Amino acid sequence: MSSAEDDLYQQIVMEHKRAPRNFGHLAHPTHQAQGTNPSCGDKIAVELELEGDHIKAIAFNGQACAICMASSSMMTEAIKGRDVQLAKELQQHFRGVLTGEIDPDDVEIGKLVALAAVRRYPSRIKCALLGWHALMHAIAGQAGAATTETANSGE
Amino acid sequence: MGNADTLTQRLDVAAVRALFPVLHQQVHGHALAYLDNGATTQMPLEVMDALRRFETHDRANIHRGVHTLSQRATDAFDGARAVLKRFVGAGKAHELVFTSGTTEALNTIANGLWAGGPGHAWLREGDEIIVSGLEHHANIIPWQHAARLTGARLLILRADEQGRVHEADLKKLLSPRTRVFSITACANATGERPPYEALLQLASDAGALTVLDAAQAVSHAVPHLSDLACDFMVFSGHKMYGPMGTGAMVGKRSALEKLYPLRLGGDMVDWTRYEDAGFAELPARLEGGTPNVGGAVGLAAAAQFIERMGRAAIDAHVHALRAQALAGLQNIAGVRVLAPHAKASALVSFVAQDAHPHDIGTLLDERGIAVRTGHHCAQPLLDQLVQGPTTRASFAIYNTPEEVDRLIAAVAHAVKALR
Repeated sequence: MSSAEDDLYQQIVMEHKRAPRNFGHLAHPTHQAQGTNPSCGDKIAVELELEGDHIKAIAFNGQACAICMASSSMMTEAIKGRDVQLAKELQQHFRGVLTGEIDPDDVEIGKLVALAAVRRYPSRIKCALLGWHALMHAIAGQAGAATTETANSGE
Repeated sequence: MGNADTLTQRLDVAAVRALFPVLHQQVHGHALAYLDNGATTQMPLEVMDALRRFETHDRANIHRGVHTLSQRATDAFDGARAVLKRFVGAGKAHELVFTSGTTEALNTIANGLWAGGPGHAWLREGDEIIVSGLEHHANIIPWQHAARLTGARLLILRADEQGRVHEADLKKLLSPRTRVFSITACANATGERPPYEALLQLASDAGALTVLDAAQAVSHAVPHLSDLACDFMVFSGHKMYGPMGTGAMVGKRSALEKLYPLRLGGDMVDWTRYEDAGFAELPARLEGGTPNVGGAVGLAAAAQFIERMGRAAIDAHVHALRAQALAGLQNIAGVRVLAPHAKASALVSFVAQDAHPHDIGTLLDERGIAVRTGHHCAQPLLDQLVQGPTTRASFAIYNTPEEVDRLIAAVAHAVKALR
């Protein structure tokens, strides 16, 4: 087994890729946004149903690589039913782990730690963060407006 | 032309590999198998030596000084131009302009056709530009911009579901309003080799200026310009064993003269007053500013390397590797190779069920195999053909059948692991 299969494509990552959680659409999203990876054209759209700062429901959809699908799936599990502030903190911590600014042992990111190995694959960090970009854009959007934004719009 | 190709010429691949120092390294504990040549080829020692010789002995500004080094640099630059004109089969009616690559060349053409203002522009409101559906973004976006700025319409010669374009479809698009037709000699995302000779002829007969993007063909099957109804042919150095940031646009003088220079400044004028200036003759008028003289010298050395190795021999070599890769990949369940009929190309582009190209690419890299993954800057075509990205292996003079075997085995493994 190569090391990528041991650490990057761990069982839990592949399991989320094969059966992503909260995949699809919400009946009544209050916020939504789309992120695009310019190198492959992958798109992930995130839909939220917010009540105040409470994330009542979340769904995501799109087509993307295993890393992106697993990261987005775990993201929805981690923040569903929590509040926006926690989602933002988790995003910052997860991002910090991937970019090497935070040691995975120094922060609580739950199951997402399974993706910590992405930090050793710099070209794949964008994949792991795509769903999170879309989430942050959705949260930042005007309540009630179905804004579609493009995170990472590259030339 | 000064081309010593014979069909009997065979490549000694081991000897060829010895000319490319970068190939002799380990990646993740495996011998590097560099199969991303459609993006960038590696440089042989003789190209590096030519660069070094220029920088070590002759480096100076061109066309400026009366001193010895300036004259040598000027001679080197003009000599490189002559070598490259021969290489692409340019005739007396042609001129070659150095650029930073294919992208700059296409931008220079697309924008040069309107930037002279209403009185001079070749492209005007109501005109039509036709671009094939096989194109790299560099042969789409500049035309979108030109159309937007002039009020012209951009029409697409669409590919069919196999990724082919047809003469009959071009005939339907051509009209007295057609002013430009631009097409690739080989699609970088699929390997499709369109019948560009016939398509260029049709467009030219209809009165359009014709553009051929030869970036993917130049390393093994460079089109012979004098045989084509082609006003502009463009290519890049880094895809033909030459330096990065080099390239050229070769065209009919009458066509190049239609381009308004976009780089205004030094060395591109005959005279200048505070109020106005008179542009120099070709090619200087389109080469404003100090050019990449060392790069031009290296690019010419790369053309000579290709001729020394033999174009026919290189062509046969990369076609054999492609055929081997095609057969092996088609044997893997769930793998679909795009444009399998495109025998004239040096690449295979494929998709695999439930395995994303980025994940395949990472697992291949683990085994020291470098491939390109993504949409290859040809998003509209891939959206049409496969609704997403692909993995692309592209072959060069120094690749071996063993490397192709490793590719096939690694893809088979990755596809299984990622399901």
